[in-house]
Amino acid sequence: MAGATTATILRTGRNRAPLLTCHSFQKSCDYLNLHGSARRVFYAGMFLLQNIARSFGAVHAVGPLDVEFEAGRTSVLIGPSGCGKSTLLRLMMGLVAPDDGTVQFEGTVLTSKNAMLLRRRMGYVIQDGGLFPHLTARRNITVMARYLKWDQDRIDRRVKELAALTRFPESALTRYPAQLSGGQRQRVSLMRALMLDPDVLLLDEPLGALDPMIRSELQDELRQIFRALNKTVVMVTHDLAEAGLFGDTILLMRSGDFVQKGTLAELVRTPADPFVSRFVNAQRGPLEVLGDEPA
Amino acid sequence: MSAYRAIILILVVLTGPAAAVAQVRPPVSVGSKTFTESVILGEIAVRLVRQAGGEPHHRKELGGTRILFNALLNGDIDIYPEYTGTISEEILSGQNLTDEASIRTALARQGVRMSGSLGFNNTYALGMKKARAAQLGIDKISDLVHHPDLKFGFSNEFMDRNDGWPSLRLRYGLPQTHVRGLDHDIAYRGLENEAIDVMDLYATDAEIQYYDLKILTDDRHHFRDYDAVWLYRDDLVDRLPRIVAVMQTLEGKISASEMARLNKRAKLDKVPEGQVAAEFLARELEIESRSEPINVYDSLWNTTRDHLSMVVKSMTAAILLAIPLGIWAAKKRRAAQPILGVVGIIQTIPALALLVIIMSMIKPLKPLGIESLGEHPAVVALFLYSLLPIVRNTYAGLHEIPEHIRESAVALGLPPAVRLWRIELPIASRMILSGIKTAVVINIGFATLGALIGAGGYGQPILTGIRLDDLGLILQGAIPAAVLALVAQFLFELSERVLVPKGLRMTKM
Repeated sequence: MAGATTATILRTGRNRAPLLTCHSFQKSCDYLNLHGSARRVFYAGMFLLQNIARSFGAVHAVGPLDVEFEAGRTSVLIGPSGCGKSTLLRLMMGLVAPDDGTVQFEGTVLTSKNAMLLRRRMGYVIQDGGLFPHLTARRNITVMARYLKWDQDRIDRRVKELAALTRFPESALTRYPAQLSGGQRQRVSLMRALMLDPDVLLLDEPLGALDPMIRSELQDELRQIFRALNKTVVMVTHDLAEAGLFGDTILLMRSGDFVQKGTLAELVRTPADPFVSRFVNAQRGPLEVLGDEPA
Repeated sequence: MSAYRAIILILVVLTGPAAAVAQVRPPVSVGSKTFTESVILGEIAVRLVRQAGGEPHHRKELGGTRILFNALLNGDIDIYPEYTGTISEEILSGQNLTDEASIRTALARQGVRMSGSLGFNNTYALGMKKARAAQLGIDKISDLVHHPDLKFGFSNEFMDRNDGWPSLRLRYGLPQTHVRGLDHDIAYRGLENEAIDVMDLYATDAEIQYYDLKILTDDRHHFRDYDAVWLYRDDLVDRLPRIVAVMQTLEGKISASEMARLNKRAKLDKVPEGQVAAEFLARELEIESRSEPINVYDSLWNTTRDHLSMVVKSMTAAILLAIPLGIWAAKKRRAAQPILGVVGIIQTIPALALLVIIMSMIKPLKPLGIESLGEHPAVVALFLYSLLPIVRNTYAGLHEIPEHIRESAVALGLPPAVRLWRIELPIASRMILSGIKTAVVINIGFATLGALIGAGGYGQPILTGIRLDDLGLILQGAIPAAVLALVAQFLFELSERVLVPKGLRMTKM
């Protein structure tokens, strides 16, 4: 844990220069009283959500809750449908404005004014890829870089790099989304999210629409990619096994709030309440099904 | 026209004022209504103007008294033939003017003068086939009371006029309920194939003899006198002082039978109105005039040019406004209903009503060179009619973009304008293009109505063809209009291959 945070490059957010390095995620270290004011040290890719709440009309979606996503670590939001996990992710992207509370990204409070620029330091991947149907895979990936007027060499180099990373055949880059398979579309979507080398990756059920074989193949690949990149990753899923595979930390949600935070082992072995047990037990694997019968 | 005027202006400047007075003939615009008699009188006026030293321009077959009189007040036309009954009943209705002097005074207040009678009274009358009248024993209008099942077909203007059907019905206590409004020339055919029994007529109609019709006696003297006169602008006399004297030579010269004969020459013998007018003037007043032979290819070229001009101008303006409006509607939830509502309502306004509303609305723009007759109001009307399909499709095309795609563009950090331009509009392009295609096809059809307000186009031969019962002439307008619509459709389908991004054409969205 400490290794991951110290390895991350310190970025100057609103607080300009870092005042002191925080080596572990402990309350005592959160705030540093300097010059008479409470200051916070932020690392690249770090999210801090405070007192965040959001409803849609009469429907309560999220919070109020506080949570921090540590830099360089993979956190998985899990829970039943409608528990608010996707809304939480969208609050972090600024795609949804909170009714109350703040989202701080790398020390900057996300507002409607700065959200657009901050999003360029976040990568976002959703279930059906969200690829633009009128652009080829390559142009989907490079749309932002082209807007930012990167020179062609730099764009080409980056695309080559990403294609190698995601094991996407370069020859398929000229295809349109309609000509790609579901797995390929998610790879393109991931490349697009990674194009500007963002500090965080936010993934909303990125493998949800894939069939089980491709899904498990991509799970392995994604895990390797996340390891290689060493980025902050927040991922939404409803599959506990997938959560365990990816997540350093699993955050189990119900009705817009956290029920338990911990590793897969902690959730399974020391459930915080009966809901956690029910949720864990509901995720039955095929071996378990077979285990019901005498071998 | 404006280029022509500009050349004249340059000539005036170059040759000096003295030469200008000698050489430049003041332009005079002559108007006429959509029936043959009015067109013939218009052609006569054209020759009188030329005789008086003016350079006439005939805006013929304008769609209705209101349009003509407004055009006269605006100065879009300078002179046109009218009937005293129409002046007192329609133009000055509600003022209860009966004698000529009070009519003249009322017109003078609006800057309009009235000539003396040309010599015939083209009053309204009711007519039916002689055989049918004899069979039913109908001789006068009051006899109609005993035949409540008779079907009446009246010209649309007659249906609404103060002295038309509403007051005629009251005057005679007519019980008929099968009463419909239709075009005057089509009503003759209705009589012929017994779709209607009774129609309104003008006393000098050439068809009375041709279709063997009986004029029912107006035994309660309902219809007023409809003496033919010229209505002209005050300032015409300043520009063309000799016009008054020239007009006076014609007063009383056209008898009702003479007019019916002229109508027959044009309508049934298919002699061009210009030639009919020229022959009459040569015979009666010894005014010699040329009447240009009409070349089919020239006239097809002219109508095509006028038609295309209307369509291109109105469509360009419509596209430039409708796409932003559609974007606005799609982006601002509150704006959507008002915008879609207004362009929808415009679509429901009947064409002729819209044309009249536009003519009166753009009247104050005259100093800017915008005329309230002819191409300008037609282009405005077509522009308004073309908005709905484009606005609606732009709105729908943007609205239908799946939320996850729209949000992906936001999530990348693209600014709103770039998202719209690079992502949303290209994805909506097929829908927008099909809206434009619909608008063009509708526009090409509607543009034929431009002829009603003197804008020319394919509607001109159609109007003339209906008036003269000349199928060939109708087709001369209808076929090119249909071909143009098909060509436009074909071109748009081709352009879809260029304008709609390739990736979209393989996606089913």
